[in-house]
Amino acid sequence: MEEVKVYSRASSIPKNPYIGFCPGCMHSTTFKVIAEVLDELGIVDKTIECNGVGCSGLGLGYVYLDNVFCAHGRACAVATGIKRTNPDNIVFTYQGDGDGGSIGIAETIYAANRGENITMILINNGTYGMTGGQMAPTTLVGQKATTAPWGRNPEEHGYPVHIAELLDSLTAPAYIARVAMNSVQNVRKAKACIKKAFQYQMEGKGFSYVEVMSNCPTNWGMSPLETLEYMEEHTLKEFKLGEIRAK
Amino acid sequence: MERQFLKGCEAIAESAVRAGCRFYAGYPITPQNEIPEYFARRMPEVGGVYLQGESEVASVNMVYGAAGGGTRCMTSSASCGISLKAEGMSYMAMARVPAVVLNAQRGGPGVGDIRPAQQDYFQATKALGNGGFQYIVLAPSTIQEAADMTYEAFDLADKYRNPVMVLTDGFTAAMMEPVVLPEQKSEEELAAIKAAKKADWALKGKVEGQPLHKISFNAGSKPPQGKFMNTGEDRNKTDAAMYELWKEEEVRYEEYRLDNAEVVIAAYGVAARISATAINILRAEGYKVGMIRPIRVNPFPEKPYAALDPAKVKGILVVEHSIPSQMIYDVKLATGNTIQIDTCLRSCGEIISRDQIVEDVKKIFAK
Amino acid sequence: MERDLIVGGFGGQGVMRLAQLMCYTATETTDKYVSYFPTYGGEQRGGTANCFVIISDEKIGAMTAPKCDDLIVFNNPSLAKFEARLKPNGTMFVNTTVATDAPKRTDIKIVNVPATEIANEVGDIRCANLAMLGAYIGYTGLLPAENIKKTAEKKLGAKRPELIPLNNAAFDRGFEIGKAAREAEKEA
Repeated sequence: MEEVKVYSRASSIPKNPYIGFCPGCMHSTTFKVIAEVLDELGIVDKTIECNGVGCSGLGLGYVYLDNVFCAHGRACAVATGIKRTNPDNIVFTYQGDGDGGSIGIAETIYAANRGENITMILINNGTYGMTGGQMAPTTLVGQKATTAPWGRNPEEHGYPVHIAELLDSLTAPAYIARVAMNSVQNVRKAKACIKKAFQYQMEGKGFSYVEVMSNCPTNWGMSPLETLEYMEEHTLKEFKLGEIRAK
Repeated sequence: MERQFLKGCEAIAESAVRAGCRFYAGYPITPQNEIPEYFARRMPEVGGVYLQGESEVASVNMVYGAAGGGTRCMTSSASCGISLKAEGMSYMAMARVPAVVLNAQRGGPGVGDIRPAQQDYFQATKALGNGGFQYIVLAPSTIQEAADMTYEAFDLADKYRNPVMVLTDGFTAAMMEPVVLPEQKSEEELAAIKAAKKADWALKGKVEGQPLHKISFNAGSKPPQGKFMNTGEDRNKTDAAMYELWKEEEVRYEEYRLDNAEVVIAAYGVAARISATAINILRAEGYKVGMIRPIRVNPFPEKPYAALDPAKVKGILVVEHSIPSQMIYDVKLATGNTIQIDTCLRSCGEIISRDQIVEDVKKIFAK
Repeated sequence: MERDLIVGGFGGQGVMRLAQLMCYTATETTDKYVSYFPTYGGEQRGGTANCFVIISDEKIGAMTAPKCDDLIVFNNPSLAKFEARLKPNGTMFVNTTVATDAPKRTDIKIVNVPATEIANEVGDIRCANLAMLGAYIGYTGLLPAENIKKTAEKKLGAKRPELIPLNNAAFDRGFEIGKAAREAEKEA
């Protein structure tokens, strides 16, 4: 019988990455999907990654691409500087929700508003994972955090920030989508959206944004399987999936 | 060479363009707005990029990206804006990417005083961002020097793969003088500079079988065999060795009428040029007074100050647009407290007059 | 030789432009050192826009001089503020249309120029600075009048070509006043 190769490791994910993620964390799934997309589009040798701070920064050692470690919140500004001076490269940011949606919300909004021809991948897991589970801009009402020990209270903390919808209020962005990594079906849809986002950049259409709904078993205090259920029942009810804009 | 009558800001921006600056990002702040305004008009003519960032913070990080990609780039601001850029600068120093940052100093903080001053000496020379990183800090005293030093800053930044600061002030930014601008670098030369960076360390995209180019915490030196990255301490040691090298190779100062001087003025930038006038007046009256002017305030010119003979020099007068004096500590360190140091200071937009310096020098002679 | 000039007036009277036009011309037509310094701090208070101009054979250090050779005042506050800074026997050029206070000093020369009035007469109040500059050049002969006019055309005419003939007319009328004042002085 002839052997046919049906699956292989994406070229920019090494066999033994220097850095890994917690068991069950969807960062690794997301990176896998991005790396596959880069292979499929044939752009690995052109791609430059801008890592945010937090668990997203671990991508620095997990994905083998030319990359920049950006200060907290500044990845979109850094990506702007790279892309404007190297328009032939494919430039994307990989940031958490605290990074891109709180401390870096200005950089996010203004890169989007300038229609920078970059791709932004934002991981929304409702928490500051690396620093130990503090309240994020995306923490759900009632969801506990080390800095909201009784859960997010709207009267005190306000409501979760919907970053994709905020960006949708701007004229310039070309592509805005929210996807999730909690099921095979959703991972497939996510991959299609991420691919489309990079294609938009390749076609010079401008700012493309994909918000990836993710989990944090460690800081949510759940088993990986429990997080899948929590996402279906809570997170994805607050943050609706789908393509929000595709110019 | 043709002289042009230019405002400090214009001379600075045009010199940057001629040095090959092809990316500038900044945020409006007095008293250096003519710099971004100039770039906004000029960059499209040379195929460069001008961007108004959404903040000082964003601007400096845009420059971090452009620098990481191998393009000669610059940002500028004033004092409180530089405070906001400090984190970004320390990232560039950590990742060892070359960029030029110009500070047109004013009082502070923020709305505390927007008028010209020299009140960022400590920040520029001692603690621009955290992590103990250092920068070569050029301190022009005329517009011609501001033009020449801005130009030179790009070469120095590339030479050491480190950000360089041009420390000027609101006085110099706003005044006008005739300037002979430096020569325009050719597009071929600039392309070669960028290509060399990309071949060596700058971001370009992965090449199979070659090391990745990472702009990160370990970027300044090659990690040991088999190690993915250097430790922070490895990096600090590499950088510290470079800072020591600067002390040997990059110190620049001017001795002005120092022969037989019994009183020595210590001043940099705009304070130094005013001091020179005062010295001329005093010398004409028979007072033996001279000046040691740091042309670069980091690395500080310790040796000429250390060489002053306490048996012959009655006193040192630090002339600075800062109350209290900041440079005095470096002068004290260099002279080992062997010579009495006095100060002649103003701040927050008040300019030191030649008469004030003359008077203060005479006071030292009268002691 | 160092020649120090202070120019003062209200913002909007073209005070800074007047000084800059002189400096541009000095840069282009001489090999002298030139500096133009807009004032800050204490100098700025009192509603005046002021600047210091130095034209010198030697390298210029301090950009402000404690005493000046010439003084141009466009309004009463700058007259009051700077009169004392004029060297004895120095010359004060007064825009008499606006600066109406009587000078206190008796040891200085005064050239009265109704600059704003001239400007209105030639057709645009914005030409007052050129009228005053004409008077200054006519009196001092510091720089060639033709070059000043050419510089004005280049620097001001680009955006507002319609002002070029008015500027020239204002300059010429000022020039005659300055020249006449100088000749009267010689005769006296």
